[in-house]
Amino acid sequence: MNKHHDPASEFDAATGQSTTGHEWDGIRELNTPLPRWWLGIFYATIIWSLGYWVIYPAWPLLTDATKGVIGYASRQEIEDDLAIMRKDRAALASGLADASLEQIKADPALFRVAMAQGKAAFGDNCAACHGVGGSGGKGYPNLNDDEWLWGGSLAAIQTTLQHGIRVAGNNDTRVSQMPAFGRDGMLKKDEISAVANHVRELAGLSTQPKADLALGRKLFAENCAACHGPAGKGNQELGAPNLTDAISLYGMDLASVTETITNSRNGVMPAWGQRLDPTTIKALTVYVHSLGGGQ
Amino acid sequence: MAATGYPIRRATTGEMGGLVLAAGCVLPLIIIAALTPDPAYAFHVSLAAVASLVAVFLIGNRCFSPAPSPAPQEIDGKPNYNMDPVKFATVAAMVWGIAGFTVGLIIALQLAFPDLNFDLPWTNFGRMRPLHTSAVIFAFGGNVLIGTSFYVVQRTSRARLAGDIAPWFVILGYNFFIVLAGTGYLLGITQGKEYAEPEWYADLWLTIVWVVYLLVFLATLAKRKEPHIYVANWFYLGFILTIAVLHIGNNLALPVSILSPKSYVIWSGVQDAMFQWWYGHNAVGFFLTAGFLAIMYYFVPKRAGRPVYSYRLSIIHFWALIFLYIWAGPHHLHYTALPDWAQTLGMTFSIMLWMPSWGGMINGLMTLSGAWDKLRTDPVLRMMVVSLAFYGMSTFEGPLMSIKAVNSLSHYTDWTIGHVHSGALGWVAYISFGAIYCLVPWLWNRRELYSLKLVNWHFWISTLGIVFYISAMWVSGIMQGLMWRAYTSLGFLEYSFIETVAAMKPYYVIRALGGGLFLTGALIMAFNLWMTVRHGTVDAPSDDHALQPQLVPAQ
Repeated sequence: MNKHHDPASEFDAATGQSTTGHEWDGIRELNTPLPRWWLGIFYATIIWSLGYWVIYPAWPLLTDATKGVIGYASRQEIEDDLAIMRKDRAALASGLADASLEQIKADPALFRVAMAQGKAAFGDNCAACHGVGGSGGKGYPNLNDDEWLWGGSLAAIQTTLQHGIRVAGNNDTRVSQMPAFGRDGMLKKDEISAVANHVRELAGLSTQPKADLALGRKLFAENCAACHGPAGKGNQELGAPNLTDAISLYGMDLASVTETITNSRNGVMPAWGQRLDPTTIKALTVYVHSLGGGQ
Repeated sequence: MAATGYPIRRATTGEMGGLVLAAGCVLPLIIIAALTPDPAYAFHVSLAAVASLVAVFLIGNRCFSPAPSPAPQEIDGKPNYNMDPVKFATVAAMVWGIAGFTVGLIIALQLAFPDLNFDLPWTNFGRMRPLHTSAVIFAFGGNVLIGTSFYVVQRTSRARLAGDIAPWFVILGYNFFIVLAGTGYLLGITQGKEYAEPEWYADLWLTIVWVVYLLVFLATLAKRKEPHIYVANWFYLGFILTIAVLHIGNNLALPVSILSPKSYVIWSGVQDAMFQWWYGHNAVGFFLTAGFLAIMYYFVPKRAGRPVYSYRLSIIHFWALIFLYIWAGPHHLHYTALPDWAQTLGMTFSIMLWMPSWGGMINGLMTLSGAWDKLRTDPVLRMMVVSLAFYGMSTFEGPLMSIKAVNSLSHYTDWTIGHVHSGALGWVAYISFGAIYCLVPWLWNRRELYSLKLVNWHFWISTLGIVFYISAMWVSGIMQGLMWRAYTSLGFLEYSFIETVAAMKPYYVIRALGGGLFLTGALIMAFNLWMTVRHGTVDAPSDDHALQPQLVPAQ
């Protein structure tokens, strides 16, 4: 710039620099040299990058890329991390793997590990439907109470977790199928109304004044008692819920009960045995069993 | 026509070509709209047919106007600048800006209070989020960039904008693209590429508009009366050219049929991811950085009334910036299926980018040497200076977050959102606000803004909003990252995902509050500009036919 010092350049008193002599729409430019610190840091980042390229995989070649002198690979890094984690957990995990569910329950050290692993697995796999604390929601059972659809013993919980509920293609999955009495034309609308009122009667809830409870009782005995029992106490072997305790997966208000009888529900849960290893299933079993309602 | 007394003049070549093209599109568009089984697509194609008819009408109307055609390049030896398209873009920028900020506030509230999704497909977060990002980046930012570039290239080249109807085609065509994109998101039309959601037909349309934009800009530069090209125009040119390349490269796709809005991008797997982030990161680099640096290089020295700090720095940092930026995209794909060598290059080029980015900040801030006192009295200049401070902060934070060790904590968390908004609200929006505050009195020939006091209110309210926003996202993002990686002493994850979501709720509320303040500031600005145009004192007629920029005297 200095070689071609423009005669139009001006001295700027505020900065002590000259302008380049050009002007655009009243804007001029000073001929200030590059700030030394700026240039210094810029060079430093370039040198640092050159060093990084030598050490790590960096530049693509025809069929491969430069590998770097320390042999780093991010895949290896994650493998190493996982290996360390597996080793750290090995002692604990083998304890769980070799022990029965009852032994885990009885041994405070094993129980502590199972609870820690179960809580983590529950949060990542179960909490989305059953809630962080296992308190459930409409269509998703509360795991804290002692009301169980498929049984609350350790073995029953393990089977449910392992094989899921109504999982197609899983021979050991929990299956039951309540008919859709209304949709499939098995009961008429007023008959469903009568049964729904009777179901509320079984649970000790109020019924509609004009409800034909005698008809409801008769239809219940004919259509429902085979699974739910004559008194509506349910049957865990069949996954038929107890109707007398006012706890219901889909609600005990008249509209919900009517909907359940009309269209049936048939909720599902994945077979976690297909996704989680046996030790994690054990830990989850113990964790869920301990939530409050284990039998 | 005799009734109006205007003679029918011969249409110019541009007008003729425009008429034929627009008229020729109408029938095919109507046929496509009638045949397609997709109602949303039929709506878009019908919109295009209406737009073609409007174009035919507008061009035809021009032919009967009393203005001499083509417009003279000079009047009395002074350049006859074409500022009407700039006015349109300025108004469009404010309208889209307020719309985009409002949608941003809505989706911020949706994250804190999910009931606000209203269980409707059109108002669901998944559709509103691209509406927000496109509205603020492409609708607001794009109109600011196109408008200011047309202003700056004319003034610094002392030449009328090239093209007869081409500049209008660029401005109106671009805004039509925005309408297609925005309504498409709400109707569920998307190709699912972040910041490149519009489908093939909108992409094709934008390509045509953008190439014309490039040609208008180049042709204006070619007939400049100045011996040298001003630095702002290098940055504008870098922005226009690179965006064209990025847009085409990332959006190469095969449509299912001309009757369907759906297409399949030709890239797949990790190559698609790499193309996407090569595009995505350079949208930040060339749209949101190079383009807005161009604005800075004109409006900061103009408003401060000072020469640019260093010509040499501007050259070095320009070339370093555009050379290095284009490599940095892979840092969005650390610890993924992307090969390690590409991750290394993405990270190291990001680090080397730190000083070239800061070159723009230094050149902007140091331009105020000898004029720092104006910050006390001129809130518009203060806004632009604060934008440079946010620019410096974001361009330090960016390289920091590109380092793999830092990225392993920050990636996928709200820290990224905080980083983006310190750049978007602090840098891009503030330099745009500063430029628009300068432009409106110049374009509408007003002596000064309606109220500097309101600019001051805008400045403080929105600055508070930005601080709320980014500090909430920093805290929530780092907390989120730490919670994800927290292990118990027994080696199991401490928190479930849903617990990390629940923990972020208070910060989401604070973020929405920040967004609300930012929107409030923009509404104050819109009112101020409206009053400036409607009730401002008309400036004394200037001696040249150009609009004469005038510095607002210190209060």
